Amino acid sequence: MVYRSHVLICNGTGCTASKAPEIMTRLEKELAAKGIEKEVKIVKTGCFGLCEKGPILVIYPEGATYCHVRPDDVEEIVNEHLVKGRIVKRLLLGDKDAEDVAKSLENVGFFNRQVRVALRNCGVINPESIEEYIARDGYAALAKALTEMTPSQVIDEIKKSGLRGRGGGGFPTGLKWQFAAQEVNDIKYVCCNADEGDPGAFMDRSILEGDPHSVIEAMAIAGYAIGSNQGYIYVRAEYPIAVQRLNIAISQAKEYGLLGNNIFGTDFSFDLEIRLGAGAFVCGEETALMTSIEGKRGEPRTRPPFPAVKGLWEKPTILNNVETYANIPVILLKGADWFRSIGTEKSKGTKVFAVGGKINNTGLVEIPMGMTLREVIYDIGGGIPKGKKFKAAQTGGPSGGCIPASHIDVPIDYDNLIELGSMMGSGGLIVMDEDTCMVDIAKFFLEFTVDESCGKCPPCRIGTKRMHEILDRITSGKGEEGDIEKLEILAESIKQGALCGLGQTAPNPVLSTLRYFRDEYEAHVKEKRCPAGVCKAMLKYTIIPDKCKGCSLCSRKCPVNAISGEVKKPYVIDQSKCIKCGVCMDTCKFAAIEKK
Amino acid sequence: MKSVEELKAIREKALKEMSIRDNEDKTRIIVGMATCGIAAGAKSVMSAFIDELEKRNIRNVSVSMTGCIGICRLEPVAEVLEANGEKTTYVKLDAEKARRIVAEHIVNQKPVTEFTVGAAER
Ligand SMILES: Cc1cc2nc3c(=O)[nH]c(=O)nc-3n(C[C@H](O)[C@H](O)[C@H](O)COP(=O)(O)O)c2cc1C
Ligand code: FES
Repeated sequence: MVYRSHVLICNGTGCTASKAPEIMTRLEKELAAKGIEKEVKIVKTGCFGLCEKGPILVIYPEGATYCHVRPDDVEEIVNEHLVKGRIVKRLLLGDKDAEDVAKSLENVGFFNRQVRVALRNCGVINPESIEEYIARDGYAALAKALTEMTPSQVIDEIKKSGLRGRGGGGFPTGLKWQFAAQEVNDIKYVCCNADEGDPGAFMDRSILEGDPHSVIEAMAIAGYAIGSNQGYIYVRAEYPIAVQRLNIAISQAKEYGLLGNNIFGTDFSFDLEIRLGAGAFVCGEETALMTSIEGKRGEPRTRPPFPAVKGLWEKPTILNNVETYANIPVILLKGADWFRSIGTEKSKGTKVFAVGGKINNTGLVEIPMGMTLREVIYDIGGGIPKGKKFKAAQTGGPSGGCIPASHIDVPIDYDNLIELGSMMGSGGLIVMDEDTCMVDIAKFFLEFTVDESCGKCPPCRIGTKRMHEILDRITSGKGEEGDIEKLEILAESIKQGALCGLGQTAPNPVLSTLRYFRDEYEAHVKEKRCPAGVCKAMLKYTIIPDKCKGCSLCSRKCPVNAISGEVKKPYVIDQSKCIKCGVCMDTCKFAAIEKK
Repeated sequence: MKSVEELKAIREKALKEMSIRDNEDKTRIIVGMATCGIAAGAKSVMSAFIDELEKRNIRNVSVSMTGCIGICRLEPVAEVLEANGEKTTYVKLDAEKARRIVAEHIVNQKPVTEFTVGAAER
């Protein structure tokens, strides 16, 4: 049966949370009511990347992209678009008045500046249909590897492509595979890191939810390349939709004989299993992850030996990130030269970023390496809300650092970010505007590492705690002379003494904010002042008598009755009662309240 | 999966089902499906288009609908929009005529002049 229309509904986590399932049920009902359920196919897809505009619905053949669709809009969409062929303009994403739907998206920077390699199928295919994946050249790379290439040719191609790990470190993937391939052992393992612990990052989840087969195919290719027959995907249990789609995908691949024995009639066999993680940040670290797969407490160990020599169950093992794997099939099909043509000299290909914070288009974007932060924030991200000024962006999450406004035109790649004192990390990108206090941000990330430290080594367990105490002191207006220097000494010793990457990188957010915003730290410590007006302990709300009209609005709104006065005369705030909630400032119509 | 050929066969079949989502370089057949069109039999015209394209395994043509084009007395009406912007309007269609349009206009690239709005108005 050929359908005259396909309705794609995003079933990513974002859109699922904003009622996509209900929209789907309504759609089924409305189609049946109109008797056209056999003419229109409903296709569940993964994330389109524009979760903030979700739920997203795309109708083909017109290619009309509807955003912010509510269940109550479904009837109109069916009646107008699917029955009468009239586009529901008010729901269109982009230019609502374009003469042609295809044109409505032309100027949507969010889409047209992206280069989709790892996300090539997300939002395009039904992740629960192996046929749709195959239609988009799925498993053709595995077929090519198994029937036309030797394992070392596969490794050479990946090496030549210049692909580097997308999980944080940026280690060359081909080289990692080569190390494991060189080991002589009957048993080797291929592991996938889907722990995604960086707060704010969700590209791995989106790939698993939107295109699980790409990871499965790549892992089988890796197995062939290094001589392994068994793979494990380590995914956090907090990703139920990803786990469910992975399970479906694995069983489909087994059914089609794309996993299992003698794939494509060759003597290569490969199997995959899922292991659920409990969501500890440290379990994303490679040695801790493998210890966790073994069923033990997820704690890291010293390296060497590196996993390529002694990994899971002491066997040679490779571990790659989800996004790294998602690139593999395309590289084999289109060739290393094609991949190398995207990106910068030392960073090839694309990188997916989860853009969040003070930005208009929050969501998932895939950009060619070398694009500038300015392009990401202003062209793709749509700029900063309320016309505020850009202050800095945090990349690399709790292991990374910030890039200040003065470096907004630096091309984003692995090496430039390291040079700026940050890192690529897994691709979290948090945008901060002028109202952000950098000391407070550093404290936030350190709080995360203090919580997530596994406790095995003292520098990380005790050192980060001490640093956090100092930051807490500074942000509560009790900073002491010499605190900043203490932070620096602690940071250096933790970096050198910690056992694993978690501790070694934990001080980075502090060091990088110190590097670019030392004056803010000094203002907190020496003047007991928070320049951004965030740290409550140092704030004082006062009423400017000249501007106050004595309307009494603020005193009525104040939740703790800290404001008093006589109508038509200036009011005053009782500082001993004030809890600094800021309600008075928000309600005042005459801008008579000042925060300092 | 025993062979690469098997994979290719699955791919071909699945591609056919998904071709509707591919919007580039496509010829579009747009059938008027307002009240006037439906009353005059536009639904069977539309099915004939879809069926004929499917039979001939033609993938780069999509069939969609539109509302009233404003020439109700000539319904069922369909427009063939080519990728180069060329537009042909066919009127007073039925299933048989739709099949001929696919055979002559789409396959052989010769518009069926006798069914066009120009011919009907003469
Ligand atoms: C504390 C810590 C947490 C990490 N978390 C993740 C993670 O969530 N996902 C990930 O892919 N890599 C994570 N890594 C990096 C992994 O140790 C490893 O380098 C990576 O998975 C290798 O894959 P790649 O080369 O494809 O990037 C983490 C590292 C550290 C030190
Ligand atoms: S979840 Fe729907 S666009 Fe991201």
